Amino acid sequence: MIESNSAFWRWQEYQRVMPNMSWSDKDIVTVGVDVGSVGSKAVVLVNGKIYSWGITRTGSNSPESAAKALDWALKGTGLKQSDIKYVVGTGYGRVNVSFADKALTEIACHAKGANYIWGSGVHTVLDVGGQDIKAIRCDDTGRVTSFLMNDKCAAGTGRGMEVFADLLKIPIEDIGEMSLNVVEEPPAVSCTCVAFAKTEAVGLLRKGWSKEKVLAAYTKAMAVRMSNLIKRVGLEPAFVVTGGQSKNVGIVSRVEVALGVKCLAMPNWREGGLDPMIAGALGAGLFAKALYEKSRGI
Amino acid sequence: MISFYGYTDGSGSYFIVVDSDKCDGCGRCVVQCVNGVLQVAPVFIDLEDKSVVVVRDDCCNKIGYLCAQCRPEENQAPCFLSCSVGAIKCVFDAC
Repeated sequence: MIESNSAFWRWQEYQRVMPNMSWSDKDIVTVGVDVGSVGSKAVVLVNGKIYSWGITRTGSNSPESAAKALDWALKGTGLKQSDIKYVVGTGYGRVNVSFADKALTEIACHAKGANYIWGSGVHTVLDVGGQDIKAIRCDDTGRVTSFLMNDKCAAGTGRGMEVFADLLKIPIEDIGEMSLNVVEEPPAVSCTCVAFAKTEAVGLLRKGWSKEKVLAAYTKAMAVRMSNLIKRVGLEPAFVVTGGQSKNVGIVSRVEVALGVKCLAMPNWREGGLDPMIAGALGAGLFAKALYEKSRGI
Repeated sequence: MISFYGYTDGSGSYFIVVDSDKCDGCGRCVVQCVNGVLQVAPVFIDLEDKSVVVVRDDCCNKIGYLCAQCRPEENQAPCFLSCSVGAIKCVFDAC
């Protein structure tokens, strides 16, 4: 209880098993594990169809976080680690997935995962992770045609939002909604650097700005930065947002305004839909199946 | 696949752009780069690992400093000049 009152940056860890799915020994069970800088995600696929997933925070020990994410994903499926034919690790901490057969960069995985979640119409993917932002262009099959990643630093990412949640004492899940609760959109803060933006935010609060207004100004700065990355790779509809910040309606709606394009609606992940946060792990699992079949000459 | 490595800040934007379909992994640009930003590494394309030039992981978010020396002279950077297949270029847009 004490924790839930004091740790505003804490987001919900959870796991899910898709209903109406089962597996047998003949099936090809593959796993994708995406160890991000803030969250670790594991997805279990049966014959290339999503079966279950788990999302946990990446702790100080990445190998442990990867194992924990997989444990969560396997919970309630009846599957054991030995039933898994092929594991692909991806994300910032991919080298820490000790049980992976292969490690891939997250770029290819995110495009593949977005292609699975939203379908072949997806041609531009914006992944807003814990510590970086990636703009990806892909074709109908989810194959990457171009991408842009890593600006100068981790400015304006999920971790920055966590810092703001703590500073303003607002639960991270409510930040997006709250940032939209302003009469007039304030100008963006001048810098998305987490350290400087925090200083700037404190100054604005002292000046009498409401929490909502400060959040709006910071969120807008992030959105402008993201839309610039997308403009560089070129925006081709349909456009989607993946990663943890895809759940931040304040970010997503401001990116839409900056680009003048609506992104495809996020699946209702709270009620049976696929979570855009697992796109990377899902793509890794799909590649795992393809690589397994290739290795067996199937 | 076209990869953009770089940044945007108050001074404009700067990107190293690699076309991994054109790149044959010869590594001449790696040798020519004055600050060791580049390396030839396997990149996963169509289920194969193709050896192409990439910006080193530990350099990705330091390009602002590491490439500063070559930045003002678009199309004069040693990496661009050393490539015979037109797979690498540097783009700088002042704002």
